[in-house]
Amino acid sequence: MEIFLEQLINGLTIGSFYALIALGYTMVYGVLKLINFAHGDFFTLGSYLGYTVLVFGSALITAHFGLWGALLLAMMIAAVSLALVGIIVERLAYRPVYPAGRLPAVVSALGASIFLQNAIMVIWGPRFQAYPSKLIPNAHLTIGDIHISLLQIIILLMSFILMGSLYYIVQKTTFGAAIRATALDRDTASLMGININKVILFVFTLGPALGAMTGIMVGMYYRQISFTMGWNYGLKAFTASVLGGIGNIPGAMIGGLILGVLEMLGAAYISAAWKDVFVFIILILVLIFRPTGLLGEKLAEKV
Amino acid sequence: MNEITPVKTKHLLSQQNMIILIVLGAFVAYPFFVSNYFIDIAFFFGTYALLGLSLNIVLGEVGLFDLGHAGFYAIGAYTTAILNTKFGIPILVLLPVSALAAALFAYLVCSPIIHLQGDYLLIVTLGLGEIVRLALINNPFDLTGGPNGVFGIDFPTLPGGFVIDSSIEFYFLIWIIVGASILGLTRLQNSRIGRAWNYIREDEIAASANGVNVKNYKLLAFVLGAALAGVAGNVYASKLMCVSPESFTFWESCLMFCIVLIGGMGSIPGVIIGAAFISLFPEIFRPFAMYRMLVFGSAMILMMMFRPGGVWPRKRGAVEFRSLIGTSRSKDA
Repeated sequence: MEIFLEQLINGLTIGSFYALIALGYTMVYGVLKLINFAHGDFFTLGSYLGYTVLVFGSALITAHFGLWGALLLAMMIAAVSLALVGIIVERLAYRPVYPAGRLPAVVSALGASIFLQNAIMVIWGPRFQAYPSKLIPNAHLTIGDIHISLLQIIILLMSFILMGSLYYIVQKTTFGAAIRATALDRDTASLMGININKVILFVFTLGPALGAMTGIMVGMYYRQISFTMGWNYGLKAFTASVLGGIGNIPGAMIGGLILGVLEMLGAAYISAAWKDVFVFIILILVLIFRPTGLLGEKLAEKV
Repeated sequence: MNEITPVKTKHLLSQQNMIILIVLGAFVAYPFFVSNYFIDIAFFFGTYALLGLSLNIVLGEVGLFDLGHAGFYAIGAYTTAILNTKFGIPILVLLPVSALAAALFAYLVCSPIIHLQGDYLLIVTLGLGEIVRLALINNPFDLTGGPNGVFGIDFPTLPGGFVIDSSIEFYFLIWIIVGASILGLTRLQNSRIGRAWNYIREDEIAASANGVNVKNYKLLAFVLGAALAGVAGNVYASKLMCVSPESFTFWESCLMFCIVLIGGMGSIPGVIIGAAFISLFPEIFRPFAMYRMLVFGSAMILMMMFRPGGVWPRKRGAVEFRSLIGTSRSKDA
């Protein structure tokens, strides 16, 4: 039972990474029907920016703001920079390609992904980088026989706050309604007076910003980052967003958490080497029986 | 390219045939003027061309988003590798066997998922490709050799005892296969099957309302595409003499996807150009060292900005329409 609960917590931690990255995929997909392959690299770039701030600025910042201040500052810097990168990539790589349809945008996105990934390699070098190790005190919370590290608690809290606020924005505010309307039907939404460009700007700032913050959390959790990690996380997160029903924001959160938990339980009870196979088989089975994902709406066939 | 106008009588030395002859001549002469290094580059260009052609059946002709094509490629390569190293079956005998194995695999795994639409099909094929790769890494039944792969694959031997082992011979092997595939696929494009595929791509519901068995035609595309990828895997395995899972990553599937889209969906000459772009570009820009992939990424974006339909898009409608007029006129005359 302890194993189960501990793996559940581990799964939720990883799952919240997937969920936060998946939100970026699903928001962009919902509004533009574009699979933003560069999103995984936004996440990596955020992680590296956070790394730079924490390593090179840490002494200075910690002296002024304390440890938590440094962490928050790193998150803010990464989030804001990535929001800018997101806008730039959208302007340069995606906007000129929209009129041509969906598939050229896929190639353009892959091109942007290659560009970002190699830019990271050129700037920070091809080797693994190690996150500073003593950022978070190495404390444990023990309930019964279960140990949860302080880091995990912080990560979980932070991701649930982020997801909660995004959920609030999207589901309860007027602008959120505009985003959902755009996701449902872009043309009609624009006829109703919704400024589509504003919505696009929003998803391309918020998605990468969330990704960047996740990048820092992943760096703190695994202590090691590499310039290619965006592919792997991006793949998982994209899988998570499809599992939840792509384009659906609560779906991405649930999909991410389910994916993380499945992966960890699979690793514990089936086999660590086959955990990803297990995850993909579950995904395929879900899609065979619910072709539009767990929370995706039933698509009427267009005639 | 696929001219079927009956009005125009074809001269043996028409402009079109001349161009084909010149291109063919260039391909035959090329390896005799360059070093082995450049012959090898042209070999990999041929492999990508074959892979591009195979994905083009699924993605270009039928419009099915398949982002796990490297899985079929891997099945072909590993079938060759395992059967050759364990049982010593000659490579050329394994060529059709690999094609069949990949086709059978495609049939089995695609049957239950063939009803999925668009991006959902994309993620499932992506998942299948990853499952294949992960399974190869995990070394089931001690067959695939885990992350190291399988070593010591033979060179292909022709019936007369002639062994294909030098760069130049492999170059001709792959390009003869590519040439044969181009001939076959061009015929297929204009056949009943090709038209049914295009119909499904343009409007699936209308196609099924007109009696096209959508499910079977889609499966057929997957099976044929996988078979061709399996052939590519066979040649690749015997050229490198070893196979390992890292040659069949998600990235490889993405490259194939780009080949088809950069060239132009459903366009055979386009796919060749796309393969040339993907395989030659990083070589040409080698002097840029670590910046070359930056250039490559930007080039992909620029390409899609200025030629969103691909470098050589297929102009099917125009040809059909002209030939239709042509037929009626020839009947009048």
